Amino acid sequence: MQVPILKQGNVLIATIQAALSDADLLELRSDLVLQVVRFRSAGVIVDVTAMDVMDSFASRTLLEISHMIRLRGAATVIVGIQPEVAFAMVQLGLTLEDIPTALDLEEGLAYLQQKAKSIN
Amino acid sequence: MQRTKGALREAVGDTVRPAVAPPLHEPTSELLRELVAHLRQNRTQLREEWVERIAQAQLLTAMTQEEIFAEATSVYDSYVAALETGTFEALQAYARNLSERIIPRGVETHEVVGIVLLLRDVLARSLFAKYQSDFEKLNRILDAYEPAANRIANTVAVGFVQERERVIRQQQEAIRELSTPVLQVRERLLILPIIGVIDPQRARQLTEQLLRGIRTNRAKVVVIDITGVAAMDATVANHLVQTVEASRLLGATVIVTGLSPEIAQTLVTIGVDLGKMNTVGDLQGGIEQAERLLGYKVGALN
Repeated sequence: MQVPILKQGNVLIATIQAALSDADLLELRSDLVLQVVRFRSAGVIVDVTAMDVMDSFASRTLLEISHMIRLRGAATVIVGIQPEVAFAMVQLGLTLEDIPTALDLEEGLAYLQQKAKSIN
Repeated sequence: MQRTKGALREAVGDTVRPAVAPPLHEPTSELLRELVAHLRQNRTQLREEWVERIAQAQLLTAMTQEEIFAEATSVYDSYVAALETGTFEALQAYARNLSERIIPRGVETHEVVGIVLLLRDVLARSLFAKYQSDFEKLNRILDAYEPAANRIANTVAVGFVQERERVIRQQQEAIRELSTPVLQVRERLLILPIIGVIDPQRARQLTEQLLRGIRTNRAKVVVIDITGVAAMDATVANHLVQTVEASRLLGATVIVTGLSPEIAQTLVTIGVDLGKMNTVGDLQGGIEQAERLLGYKVGALN
């Protein structure tokens, strides 16, 4: 299943809508890394609200997406991690160190706006 | 032989004892009927004797003499009814009801078991007195009486203990609910005061409630105050660290306040990695820092 990527102003929003296979995740990664510069976006939001399982491959891929996008000159925010998923992840040691996270899409957009303001 | 066995089964439910009675004698149900008639006839006297024994043994001290007498009457009648019918549901229901009434008054398990055993003894004594001339018959009566009496004692004791456990479970539930309030003090600012001992189960529950609270209140900053926590071990400390990290995954910053000197020393000594934790001395400082993070500016008017 492909993940739709929407352009909203200078932000790209990828909303994961169902459980993803490893191949889907890798495809999402390459799509985002490609499009972030094509659309000259300042930030990327990955919305994981619909994911009720986050395994080590998924969180490592999110980490990689964040690092790759930073190298391409933009910021990444992960939004919508469910409380149960969050706790399970932490117990597995998957803490997504140094990736910004936010409660939901709205918060994620607010975070990116704040960040843009502080740079200008 | 066949008849005796059938009657036994009828009298004491599924507990089939080896039939000791010689086949020529009356079946157990008949013996029990005779027994019940005897107990009904001497109801007043036996009941008084029993209440006296209860007083002597200093049981049920939490209850008044009149109350004991009233309860004793009901227990006595249920007891005889159980002997007569061989069914224990009514007695069981009564025992549960009785327990419900007397547990809040501090009646102990040994007292309840004690009074039922006393009743059993009082009745057995009266049987000895009645049949002392006919030893054979006494034996057969006791054969019929004992298993039923023991089962009654068992039923009452189990009913009491079950009721007690139910009360304890209920109270535990209540304490657990009360002990983990997640409070909103400002828009997007939650406080989680923790008081008392944290065991792994409670730690888990705290985390669940906090994460749910962050979601429902859309919190950005959480202050966890552990002033009221006297001690903390490695498991709980690690759990706290995990809670902080999980909250961050939901987009909330956590500030931990009120670490006591003892806890601070323990945590450093056992080498818990608190590098990721944002700690402030007291709750006031924690709330002030939270307000700064949220962009509030609080000061006196004029």
